[in-house]
Order: sequence, then C-alpha cells, then structure tokens
Amino acid sequence: MSAVHSPPPTASSDRDSAPRIWHSPMWQLVVARLREFVREPEAVFWVCGFPVVMVVALGIAFRNKPVEQVTVDIVANGPSATAAAEALGKNERFVSRLLSPAEARTHLRTGKTDLVVAPLTPATTAADTPSPSTSGVAPRYRYEFDPTRPESVLARNAVDDALQRAAGRRDVAESENVELNEPGARYIDFLVPGLLGMSLMGGGLWGVGFVTVDMRIRKLLKRFLATPMRKSQFLAGIMVSRLLFMVPEVLILLVFSRYAFDVRNHGSFLDVAVLVVLGGFTFSGIGLLVASRANTIEAVSGLMNLVMLPMWMLSGIFFSSERFPDAVQPLIALLPLTPLIAMLRGVMLEGASLVGYGPQILQLLLYGVVTFALALRWFRWT
Amino acid sequence: MTAIRCVNLVKRYDGKPPVDAVRGLNLTVERGECFGLLGPNGAGKTTTIEILEGLLRATSGEVEVLGLRWGRNDDAIKQQIGISLQETKLSEKLTVRETVTLFRCLYRQGISPDLALAQVSLEEKADARVGKLSGGQKQRLAVSCAIVGDPQLLFLDEPTTGLDPASRRQLWDIIRNFRDQGRTVLLTTHYMDEAERLCDRVAIVDHGQVIAQGTPRELIASLGGDHIVEIGLARDGHDLSAVASSLGRLPKVSSAQLENGGIVLSVQDLHLVLPAVLAELDRLGGNLDSLATRQASLEDVFVKLAGRHLSDEEGTEP
Repeated sequence: MSAVHSPPPTASSDRDSAPRIWHSPMWQLVVARLREFVREPEAVFWVCGFPVVMVVALGIAFRNKPVEQVTVDIVANGPSATAAAEALGKNERFVSRLLSPAEARTHLRTGKTDLVVAPLTPATTAADTPSPSTSGVAPRYRYEFDPTRPESVLARNAVDDALQRAAGRRDVAESENVELNEPGARYIDFLVPGLLGMSLMGGGLWGVGFVTVDMRIRKLLKRFLATPMRKSQFLAGIMVSRLLFMVPEVLILLVFSRYAFDVRNHGSFLDVAVLVVLGGFTFSGIGLLVASRANTIEAVSGLMNLVMLPMWMLSGIFFSSERFPDAVQPLIALLPLTPLIAMLRGVMLEGASLVGYGPQILQLLLYGVVTFALALRWFRWT
Repeated sequence: MTAIRCVNLVKRYDGKPPVDAVRGLNLTVERGECFGLLGPNGAGKTTTIEILEGLLRATSGEVEVLGLRWGRNDDAIKQQIGISLQETKLSEKLTVRETVTLFRCLYRQGISPDLALAQVSLEEKADARVGKLSGGQKQRLAVSCAIVGDPQLLFLDEPTTGLDPASRRQLWDIIRNFRDQGRTVLLTTHYMDEAERLCDRVAIVDHGQVIAQGTPRELIASLGGDHIVEIGLARDGHDLSAVASSLGRLPKVSSAQLENGGIVLSVQDLHLVLPAVLAELDRLGGNLDSLATRQASLEDVFVKLAGRHLSDEEGTEP
C-alpha cells in the first residue's frame, strides 16, 4: 500500500493544504486500522477462522448422529439383569453395560450414563433368585435418572418402552413416523443465524473494546487528543473500521455453511446485509461504551463478559429464547442480541422482509446511537 | 511576542491526601526561542506541559498559548501546536511514512509527510515498520509527527530521555533547526547539559514552582562565580563547617557549602582564588585529600537553590 502522494521534499514546496476527502481524519484512521489488522495474522485468524471452526464443530456434533445412542448402565444383580441386557442388546440404539450398583450410580452422577436400570425381585416376598421370563412372573425394574437432563428422561422412556415390549406388551395403536430433514428445517439452519448474531456481538465488543483500551494504554489516545481531530471522528473511525472487518467474517460464515451444510438464505441478501451492518453498528457502539473508561485489558475483558453473558444465554443463539419462562421474556426482548437474531432467523429461515421489523430495527439503532453518545461523553482519553 | 504565558498555575490532583503537582507556577516563553523546563523527576514539569498542551485542566491560574486560551479557541490552538509526549507507543504495524501521513491528515495545513521525515533524517526508514525502529529513531518519528502539522509552537516532553549520546545530539540539531525557522519550542528535561546547550532560556522547576528563570549563562552567573572548587579533607577531627566558613570569607569566593563530606566553593577568577584557598587551608592545618575544579553548570544552580541534586528524586508526579 502506498502512502499519500506528496511533492519531493524541497524547502519551497513544503506547504500542502486543503486535504482531500480521503484525507479526512476518520478515513485515515480507518485505513490505518485496516492496515494494522491485515498485518496481524492472529487477528485475521480469529476473525475469519473462528466462525468456521465453530460451524464445523457444531455442524459435526449435530450431524453424525442419525439415531441418538442411549447409554444405559444395568445393575448386575443376577439373571434378570442379564435378561434385561439381552433385551436391550436387540436394538443397536442402546449401549448397555452390567455394573455394580455403586459404579452405576457414579456413572449417572458424572453424566457418563443416561440411565441406571436396577432389576428388582418380581415377587412381593424377598426371594433370592428371581427368574422372570421363564416362570411367567412379570419382571420389575427401578429406573434411576436425572430429570433435569433431557437425554436422561429420553433414555428412561425409550428403555422402559423396550423392556415392556420384551416382557410381552403389545402396542395397540398404529403409528407412522415422518422425519423432518429437508434443508431449512434442520438444527444447523436454525444455528447459523444465531452464530452470525453471536459473531457480530463478539466482534463488535472485542474488536472495539480491545483496540480502544490498547490505544489508551499505549497513550495513543492522549496523543490523538492533542491533535485537532474531533473526538467523534476518532470514535466513528474505530466503529467504521470494525464494520469493515465484519465483511469477511460474515461472508466466510455464510459461504462456508452454504457449501458445507447446504444452509440457504430464504430471504433477501440485501436484508441480511442491512442486518449485519446494523448489528455491527449496535455492538461496536456498545463496545465503545464498555471500553470508555477501562484502563487495563483485564478490566475491559471482565466488563465485556459481563455484558455478553446474558445475551449468550438468553438471546437464542443455540436454542429458541422462547423456552425461558414468560416472566423473563420482556427482559430478554430488551437485550440487543435478541431482536437481531430473531430478525436474522426471520429473514434467512422464513424469507421474511425487514419491513415488518420496524420496532426491532429501531431498538438496535437506539442502542447504537445512545451507546455511542454516552461513550463520547464518558470517554477517558488519558 | 509571547508564545506562552502562564500565571499562578495550580494543579491539584484529588486523592487522599490531595497532591499539589503544580503550585503557583509563572512562566513566559517568547516566540522564536527554545525554552527548557529543567527539574528533577516529580517536579511538576510534565503536569505543567500537559496543561499548556490542553491535555489537562488547570485547577486555577491563567494560561495563554499563542495569545489564545484553552476552552475558547481549542481548535485554533491545536492547529498551531505540535506535541511529543513522554511515552507514546505508535502502532508498530504501520510504516514510518504511513504514521506521519496519518498525523498529517489530522491538521488542516502542514508540510508533506516526506518533508517531515527529511527534517528528522528518517527518509531512509520511510517504508520500514515502526516496530523495527531503534529508540532514537522512534523518538525522531515522534518529533516528525509533531512537526508535520507545521506548528508555530512545539512541545517536547523529555525528548531525549533514554537515548544514546549520538541520538541525543541528533535530536538537538533537529530542535535547533526548528527554532532557527523562527518557531518556538518548549521542552522539559532533567538533563542539565541538555538545557545548557540547547535552550535559549531555562526555568528551573522544583516542587511545582519556578525557582529560577533566565538564560543558562545568567543562571550560572547568579552563582557569583563561574568555577566550582571541590575540596576533600583528610578526616582528622577538623571542624569542616568552620573550615568552610573561613574559606567562604576569602575574596572572589561567593559561596562555600558542605557536600558529601567535602567542601564546595563557588568562585570567580580561579587562578587568583586557588593559591589563596591553599594558603588558608595550610594556615588552618587542614590536610588536603583531594582537590578538583570545574566550570559551574546549571546543576550547581539547582543545588544552590534546592539544596539537593537534580538526580535526587523527590516529590510526586503522577
């Protein structure tokens, strides 16, 4: 990249006035930031490589499990345990082990198994050698599971179903299964807009926050304060350069998930672009505010995590935020990431138009404008 | 015409207890001169210069820069001053020319980046990354960024601290050249030789106040003698202060002080004084252990006024 063209250094031609538009302080700052960014290989990786790693990891995690396996520990307390293991062994969905009661309990507690099956004596009296299937006496089981873990509950029901059938239960009603698997309705389709929102949030906050605090530590902010550059131009330059870094980040994420997982955008690309810019603007404004007073990288990291944590959990990156109780829904809706992800999903999954999202767009704009104004007011330059 | 006028400047940092970094400082810098604020670390030099640069707000007092006031004509002042802070880490990933170009674009008017680099002899490094520069080169780049806006007034906060002698002399030449164009320079330093050789006028600052102001020559002359005689006596029970006071009464000896177990005289006409000093010591029965003479310096002025050396760190400077 070449610098500004300038006359040869002679004593007479030293005055060079009236900067052209591209010489405006803000653009020069943006250009300088872009150069610094491109010359920092680590930064390029985190911006461009990280979203891909994320999509790949999650994509594989949710793709390579055509039938979900259920891990079952059976308490080895005699022939009925072996019989139960045999019954479950007929279905490859179940992975069962015969273990001592203590071992099985530990496995359940540490999440290594989904369910513990303990065969009980079938008769009402405490007989020592029960032989369920041969004698015609119905077997009895005790299931130990963790009701807060969905896979544990699932395992309990599936295993019970299998054992009941093995014991001779007949299904009365006939049922038919249709598996929802076409592109657009899979988890990965749901996930990509969430990840997009998440990387807009992370990129805006980390990108702006770190750079700002780093410049403060290096006394560069103080140096700039001593120049005629307006404070707002400086802050806008930081925000604009962040928005530009988002272009490759977003493109890589979208292109990669399109070709690796066939995730398609059912809405208009212009709408997605508008949302990306809007989200970038909102979150870099929040980033500026978070970094407006911090004097150390540690302080700003703590603040960022504090700001991002509720959104990571509540705003519906990985699962729909509607799963949370009604009482907290108004709070969740206030978080800026919630409307951004909702709009991204609306556009990408349902092909909705942004026209219907006026209040949400306004909300994000307000977040960006207000945080920028507050940052400008509170910003610590020295 | 006055470049800087500063009357009764006070800067108090809130805290427990509050710290007065500057306490009633008065200063007048004329256009076209290179003016030095000389003082030990913690004397309030940086606080003063940052108030003059508009980076800090004074607690009280009057400040005028190029006839303008902070708070009223900020942009007009900023367009006409150039600044090099004590420690600024410019972006290491940018090249030297890119850095100067960035700063050039922050000013309405200025000189071309290449000329600004030529003035600090960094043309050959124009395409090098800032991170690859030596300490002296980085400091020259900082000065280049300060002059690229074609300022009338240049502020340099300890421009040569930590540099090797060759780099220091190179920077002195750059600063003199700038002054020779009729511009004004205000710099801070704790090197008395720097103030003596580079500055047209000097203010000695201690505990947030100017304790002496004038040309280096005037200040040294105020000692009453242009030579210093340092006498070391054998430790044989003599009352040193009695010896010092009788030496101090000799003609052409303007002062006699005890320092580091010896006697320091400030004298004029060394060739006449020295035989008299030796004769007096002989008369008092003092056993001469060592004797040294040297030209008086600003350091001696500081010692006389502050009662300690410039290198003795004292005071507080955040």
